[in-house]
Amino acid sequence: MKTWAIALLVLALLVGASCLVGVVDLFGTSLDGLMVLAVSRLPRTFAALLAGAGLALAGVVVQMSVQNRLVEPGLVGTPESAMLGLLLVTLAAPGAALIVKMSVAAGTALIGTSGFLWLARHVPRRDPVLLPLIGLIYGGIIGAAVLWLAWTTDLVQYVGVWQSGEFSGVLQGRYELLWIVAGVAGLLWLAADRITLLGLGEDAARSLGLDYRQTLLIGLILVAVIVSVVVVSVGSIPFVGLVVPNIVSRWRGDNLRRNLPLVAWLGGCTVLGCDIIGRLIRYPYEIPAGTVFAVLGAGLFLWLLHAAPRRANG
Amino acid sequence: MIQLDSVSVEKNGSPILTDVSLCFGQGGITALIGPNGAGKSTLLHTIAGLTSPVRGQVMVEGLDMVRARPEQRARHVALLAQNESVTARLTVRDLVEFGRWPHHRGRPREIDRVKVAEALGTFDLDGLADRRLDALSGGQRQRAFVAMAWAQETSWLLLDEPLSALDPRHARDIMDRLHALTRPGAGQRSVVIVLHDLSVAARYADRIVALKDGRLVTSGPRVLAMTGAMLSDLFGTRLAVERVAGRDVVLPA
Repeated sequence: MKTWAIALLVLALLVGASCLVGVVDLFGTSLDGLMVLAVSRLPRTFAALLAGAGLALAGVVVQMSVQNRLVEPGLVGTPESAMLGLLLVTLAAPGAALIVKMSVAAGTALIGTSGFLWLARHVPRRDPVLLPLIGLIYGGIIGAAVLWLAWTTDLVQYVGVWQSGEFSGVLQGRYELLWIVAGVAGLLWLAADRITLLGLGEDAARSLGLDYRQTLLIGLILVAVIVSVVVVSVGSIPFVGLVVPNIVSRWRGDNLRRNLPLVAWLGGCTVLGCDIIGRLIRYPYEIPAGTVFAVLGAGLFLWLLHAAPRRANG
Repeated sequence: MIQLDSVSVEKNGSPILTDVSLCFGQGGITALIGPNGAGKSTLLHTIAGLTSPVRGQVMVEGLDMVRARPEQRARHVALLAQNESVTARLTVRDLVEFGRWPHHRGRPREIDRVKVAEALGTFDLDGLADRRLDALSGGQRQRAFVAMAWAQETSWLLLDEPLSALDPRHARDIMDRLHALTRPGAGQRSVVIVLHDLSVAARYADRIVALKDGRLVTSGPRVLAMTGAMLSDLFGTRLAVERVAGRDVVLPA
């Protein structure tokens, strides 16, 4: 109970801060404060919370699926695969609706992530650091293909936008797709026990009567949807899906029925926090939230690698 | 009753089990022995319905394990595979609760809580129930995993080398408990266990199933089947079964 009270308080404080921090003073300018709030600040706040929560949840699912805590969608080629889909649909049907683009991206993200899972089955489990390295290479290859395609078709700018998560462009009417993440989060919470079982390994999960492949597929579909929505709406933010689940796991363990809401909360709060920091560092200019998080996240990632190399194979 | 009818299993085109037929009734401890690579784990997986044979039929208590639905399977047979992911940060109680999953599918009822408490008590885990697995010793952790499989409340419990990482005290502790729990009486269960320590097999097993190169070498009551000649042939090295202080032990001859 106490944890939840504190969690709500932190969330409320961050939302409050996010609504107040910005170039336009809500009280006392010529612009209508309420309108700024409704059109820009609140959408931006929701977008950061949803993107952060979604990426953190996607991280948990990927980690449980391969039983390795050192991976996340960004380290297994999911966003790169989504970008490949986005590029293809942009080339084939430039005028397609956002939801169509996002659906295609989710499809390619699913294929790309499944490809990594297939690779992961052939990687020896003794050294948990091996898997993220292979994922980095795998994602790098897809990323290179994306860049090459973008370069030959003059779409490199698009890729740049998809790659760096930032929220300054979020306005009412341009972020609503992100609410899909809230729905997906709900579905994941319903499947929390099953995802925990995935984390126990294929033999244990199947022995307990879980339909392993079906569960894995549903989990990956949800990951692909989350990542594509985030890439399309605000751009991918690396390390969120890695760092946040690790912190929650160390703190509260792996029983997802209890901890999934906490993962979502921490993911949302850290990304929103990074966005606020990004707005303040060189005020009145902005630094993308993804950049702020990457600096924090890279440090935390190194700490995780250093602190628990032998325990990471979860 | 477990009944295998000319079961053959292949992996990537190469045979792992060839024409294995087996039949044994409930109760007691059945030790599965054989050299490395004999197909012992595959046999356990096949009995549990986790590996499908290319030929043959697998029946457990009348249920066709190849065709059964996953949750149906899981109410007949519990398998504790080798190398469980030991670093899952679950509490012992959470883990044992997951043993009830085939019965409640995510909605535990009162009966599930009772069974979890029973399993924790049976394996002397009450004091450790709220500790996390990654904070336990190897022996305690293995006991927790056995308790999880136990809580599954299946008539058959299949254990793949549960003693491999345990010191003699913890190994003995688990075997003593399993032995007591498989004696005839109320709530009697049956255990099939892969053992590498032949003296442990000689001490605890009621039945022996011996495999070599994917084929059944022998199966039968331990006192009859487990002879020096059979073991020597099975492992390709000279072994003898001697009686020491009223118990059978297996020694190099």
